[in-house]
Amino acid sequence: MSNQTIQQAIQKNYEHGFVTDIEMETVPPGLNEVVIRSISLKKNEPEFLLQWRLKAYQHWLTMTMPTWANLKIAPIDFQAISYYSAPKSKKNAPKSLAEVDPKLLATYEKLGIPLHERAQLAGVAVDAVFDSVSVATTFKEKLHEAGVIFCSFSEAVQKYPALIEEYLGTVVPYRDNFFAALNSAVFTDGSFVYVPKGVRCPMELSTYFRINAANTGQFERTLIIADEDSHVSYLEGCTAPQRDENQLHAAVVELVAHKNANIKYSTVQNWYPGDENGKGGIYNFVTKRGLCAGDHAKISWTQIETGSAITWKYPSVVLRGNYSVGEFYSVALTNHYQQADTGTKMIHLGKNTKSTIISKGISTGHGQNSYRGLVRMSPTAHHARNYTQCDSLLIGDQCGAHTFPTIDVKNKSARAEHEASTSTINDDQLFYCQSRGICEEDAVSMIVNGFCKTVFQELPMEFAVEAQKLLAVSLEGSVG
Amino acid sequence: MLTIENLHATVNNAEILRGVNLQINPGEVHAIMGPNGSGKTTLSHVLAGRDEYVVTEGSVLFENKNLLILAPEERAVAGVFLAMQYPVEIPGVNNTYFLKTALNAIRKARGESSLDAFEFMELLKSHLKQVGMDEKFLSRFVNSGFSGGEKKRNEILQMLLLQPKLAILDETDSGLDVDALQIVARGINQIRNSKRAILVITHYQRLLNYVEPDFVHILSNGRIVKSGGKQLALEIEESGYATL
Repeated sequence: MSNQTIQQAIQKNYEHGFVTDIEMETVPPGLNEVVIRSISLKKNEPEFLLQWRLKAYQHWLTMTMPTWANLKIAPIDFQAISYYSAPKSKKNAPKSLAEVDPKLLATYEKLGIPLHERAQLAGVAVDAVFDSVSVATTFKEKLHEAGVIFCSFSEAVQKYPALIEEYLGTVVPYRDNFFAALNSAVFTDGSFVYVPKGVRCPMELSTYFRINAANTGQFERTLIIADEDSHVSYLEGCTAPQRDENQLHAAVVELVAHKNANIKYSTVQNWYPGDENGKGGIYNFVTKRGLCAGDHAKISWTQIETGSAITWKYPSVVLRGNYSVGEFYSVALTNHYQQADTGTKMIHLGKNTKSTIISKGISTGHGQNSYRGLVRMSPTAHHARNYTQCDSLLIGDQCGAHTFPTIDVKNKSARAEHEASTSTINDDQLFYCQSRGICEEDAVSMIVNGFCKTVFQELPMEFAVEAQKLLAVSLEGSVG
Repeated sequence: MLTIENLHATVNNAEILRGVNLQINPGEVHAIMGPNGSGKTTLSHVLAGRDEYVVTEGSVLFENKNLLILAPEERAVAGVFLAMQYPVEIPGVNNTYFLKTALNAIRKARGESSLDAFEFMELLKSHLKQVGMDEKFLSRFVNSGFSGGEKKRNEILQMLLLQPKLAILDETDSGLDVDALQIVARGINQIRNSKRAILVITHYQRLLNYVEPDFVHILSNGRIVKSGGKQLALEIEESGYATL
């Protein structure tokens, strides 16, 4: 994106500040066909997409919110939500860092976030965004040279409608579940990635650089396609807490890996978890799934979940190609009154498919942490293998850890292994560390980092360092 | 260096220490002996700052400063080291990482620069040899799955690494075979110098065959009931605590 386009975008906002333009208005709260049609119209979408949204909506109407998760959720009034707001007005945004909550700034400081990024993360209007423009531009040029498409979902709908039509909903159909159906009906934006045959994406793709789609809103939709023999690593989220006014988030992420392709998807999720008493906080109901469509394809999910009041998330892999590989590495931390019900599904269809699940749950305060997993060996999955390791760490006596593994083997030659452990950080360990000069908080974060090491190893290097700091900050006040 | 006056302490409201007096000067090695339940471990934990042990009366000065108001890690930084009777296991935390974090925390608090990975490994490996430990120990988790003797040697390794001013060894000799006992004793003798003080807490006399104390004190029922030279330890060995 050039400076000129940025300038234009900003002038546009300015212009709309004076002229009451229907384009800038937020759609009134409520969900019905008219709302969906107007979203589609505003986004100038092709007919197939509108029809798909409408079918999703019709299906959603027949569904009820699932209650099987080990979560306490206050009833959500879906008619009270506004499903479309045009690029966020900067009117209410802080004008400089001086107006930002000092607590938030202190957290940025602890996380070591560079100064120029802090303003952007805190949602400071205008200037801050410019800093990253040049970086983003060189970034885009490099990708273009390699032939990699990386843009906002809306842009992809306009520029590459054929790809969208071919792949959208093929991994997560709109019928899949309540939140996926809702997302399919009302999604506003997200990311789109296409890596052509034989291309190794020259850099980590990070949402941070996707500045032209900064306000993707609460119903994000992401689609990543890795064609044959290609390789891509995608980073989502940010260790810094981000300003966000929407309470309900229901994203859908679909990954397609063709023959010999490799997709690595890493997430650091640190949305507002609510305060010490459990007030406020984001509800995060996400459907993430990858399809290993061809032989020898590989999809790897790594997630560090420390934010949100409620997390409902099961990044999964469907292993259709023979010899395909699925991986899930997860650290989920719940503090105060946070609740997390997270895990994965590994659906083995192809021969000699292999999956690995490493889940580390940490609970402290009044946090509740559940691992929920499904390993399915279908009748066709000859010689398929799964290894699952599921560890829980409890700090304090008010928190909880729960595991709900399901293993379903329909092929005699398939093999599934499951290991689980629960441990605590006790006073003896803390005293031992302290008597060696390590203060209590450092001792806790040292023990926790040790516990999470096998997952951190899967993160891109600089992310791993940030993730360690993030855990330390998230654990503050969990002892003593 | 260390002045303990009329120290009373309770655990779960039960009084264990009932007026301990002890003066330790730089360069001295003191041994405290006593039967089970006499308050030996309580004394060592009170000095290291474990919070279950509540001081109800008396004072402890370390280098003329009130030790009792310091947090455990501040005491460590000030130069107090406790080799524990039952070193705790910390699964998931790599031993090398733990040792490096501890050393650098103490160096930082003293205003010294942190050691980088190479400097640290060089230092660590030299000490490792002194306690007869294999390098494999370093890649294992802290004390996790270590035998009793390995845990005790790990304590001595930490002492060598952290170079405390006052080293307190709480029954480090218990449960060791002769070879391990000699290694532990060698470690203690190695840090022994004119500036450093060592307090050896033990049930048996045998460690004192290898680490020769300047003073021996008998702790009984929460008080030091008798003090003397190394001869006292031999008397106890012969006639037991019952005669006291």
